[in-house]
Amino acid sequence: MAAETSYLTGARADLEQSELAEEHLMLDPRPREEMNQMVMEAMTTTTPVYWAWVGGLALIVAVCLFGVWGYMTATGIGITGIRRPVFWGVFIVTFVFWIGISHAGTFVSAILRVFKAEFRRPFTRAAELMTTFGLAGGAMYPLIHLGRVWTFYYMVPYPNARWLWPNMRSPLVWDFLAITTYLLSSTIYLYLPLIPDLAMARDRTTGLRHRIYRLLALGWRGTEAEWHRLRKAINIFAFAIIPVMFSVHTIVSWDFAVGVVAGWHSTIFGPYFIIGAILSGVAAVVTILFVLRSAMRNFKYFIRPEHFDALGKLLLVFSMAWAYFFFNEYLLSWYGGEEAVQRILTLHATGPSAWVWYLMLICNVAIPWLTLWNRRIRRNPLAMFFITLAINVGMYAERYTIIPLTLGHQRMPFDWGIYNPSIFEISIAIGTMAMFCLLYLLASRAIPLIPVWEVQEGQMAHSLKKVGKAHVPSVTELE
Amino acid sequence: MAQVTEQPRKWGMVIDLDLCTGCNACVTACAMENNIHYTGEDEVAYGRGLYWMRIQRYWHGEYPNVGPEFTPMLCQQCGEAPCEPVCPTYASVHSNEEQINLQVYNRCIGTRYCANNCPYHARVFNFFDYEIPAPMNAYLNPDVTVRSRGVMEKCTFCVHRLVHARIDADTQGDPSLENEVTTACAQACPTNAIMFGDLTDENSPIRTLFERSERGFQIMEELGTFPSITYLKGGGVYGGRD
Repeated sequence: MAAETSYLTGARADLEQSELAEEHLMLDPRPREEMNQMVMEAMTTTTPVYWAWVGGLALIVAVCLFGVWGYMTATGIGITGIRRPVFWGVFIVTFVFWIGISHAGTFVSAILRVFKAEFRRPFTRAAELMTTFGLAGGAMYPLIHLGRVWTFYYMVPYPNARWLWPNMRSPLVWDFLAITTYLLSSTIYLYLPLIPDLAMARDRTTGLRHRIYRLLALGWRGTEAEWHRLRKAINIFAFAIIPVMFSVHTIVSWDFAVGVVAGWHSTIFGPYFIIGAILSGVAAVVTILFVLRSAMRNFKYFIRPEHFDALGKLLLVFSMAWAYFFFNEYLLSWYGGEEAVQRILTLHATGPSAWVWYLMLICNVAIPWLTLWNRRIRRNPLAMFFITLAINVGMYAERYTIIPLTLGHQRMPFDWGIYNPSIFEISIAIGTMAMFCLLYLLASRAIPLIPVWEVQEGQMAHSLKKVGKAHVPSVTELE
Repeated sequence: MAQVTEQPRKWGMVIDLDLCTGCNACVTACAMENNIHYTGEDEVAYGRGLYWMRIQRYWHGEYPNVGPEFTPMLCQQCGEAPCEPVCPTYASVHSNEEQINLQVYNRCIGTRYCANNCPYHARVFNFFDYEIPAPMNAYLNPDVTVRSRGVMEKCTFCVHRLVHARIDADTQGDPSLENEVTTACAQACPTNAIMFGDLTDENSPIRTLFERSERGFQIMEELGTFPSITYLKGGGVYGGRD
């Protein structure tokens, strides 16, 4: 397990090595059994505070999400604030928000795996879980927002007595298929690296839990052949899921870009949505990492300032890329010269809801650009927590600008209208937020949130590489 | 039976904006003809009136020389309708027989995408189950479906009248009967600003106006929707500039 630090000698070397160990999880190995027990302990410890959170969130989900949804199904979609011409409101905004967040979770994990970025090891699972639960929340909205939710199965392609196939020209059907594909593939991608950890949990539990883990671990024994196949499968999925993510989020953007709505009908929407999704998703990963680090036992060992530092750099890059596409949208519509689009873009900044637009720019551009260049801020988990929260507020504002604010000022000024969300819509949006947190809370006690075997693999095989002035752990020899 | 109509008809409309006085008779007639729910003052003020047709009122000129301009706006029965491809369940479909755009209420699941995508904002949505107040429920037109909550609806070019006329023409063997059909709005218009007819018929009075009038234009022609309504403007009769 010794690090390849032979070029360092004497007391200075010892000092540097202890500093490096404190800095990098990969250089701070602990005995395998101790680490297993740390994760198991975090998983099996439940405090009254935990149960209070679970109860509170479950109550919010029951009342704000399912209660209000039931009430809306019984009375009509009119209890929301939508009106002609703004037929899509908070529901679709929150839908795109969740889909964006969830797309980036798996993407971050896959792309860092593909590029062999070593700092990914302790938090890939947290990001992948975010994908699954974000999709669970987001995928509800296409149902919630329907006028007649009890006929939702008209969208499902199956041979039926109505003799009708869904309209494959409709972006909503593409959306339906894309999200289902992504849910399936990202769940498999979450499950594959989970198998050895489930086996680890299986060997350290008794009773019902033991039986469930035994079932889920698929009889994992840890033979060389099993590891070989697992690595191969993970590798295939990591590569395959990146194009899937790109295509799926492009399809979500086509919900808008395919329409003739001024301000939506833009070829820039595909990459613009993808960058937005990655920005909000990486931000959400950081937010979640901070919460896990502060709430879960032993997690301060696994999740360190180096991870916030690295993700902060990513965030800064994506924030800049997002700003580029944002600017590009204006440039292209200016060049295109369509009057309706120009008027909409002007109204975003000067109209009655301009504060949303400014909120978006402050949160997505000003805050990250002013703070994330600074290493000390990047390495401060609490500061990163607030910055990433702000980024997600900004991304929500972006979707709000794109959907209701664009719909409200279309080509015929006589029909312009302002949309005000009703308390019911907001409550359902809060309800899915609570559902996300609740699912995460429950999962944190059901499966190991740290991919222990990946951390151990990294610690066993790591070496130091000199990149510029910095020493970066690397395990390229292993793979 | 179908031998009378050898080729599909294409129904169209010509609206002379110079004749329109903005009296809203067409809106009222449409509401009565098509069993349109009355949603209440507050809802209408909020933008949830279910009118299939509305008079857009714009002002032109600088005070004190201000004049109104009225544009009756209804579904343009587009040849390439933006609402059709986006519907996931084929609730918004093109009819081969009449060459108009129809809404199949039973298929509609209420995604409201068609309404967003309609550049004319011609579509309205049933946000609630609306009650029809007491004497009015006896007025309902038996030819038109009463829509329930959660579905889209819009102008149908009074398709029930078109179908009736076709059946009459077929059964009585007199194709000219079909040419006499008109929509409720055209029938109600006191100045005859709204004219309805068959665009494939050589003798139809609106065909020349629709295709060749120098005053004619189509709204948002540049979007390539191929509307079935031509507006006429420029005579300066009422509300026109100079």
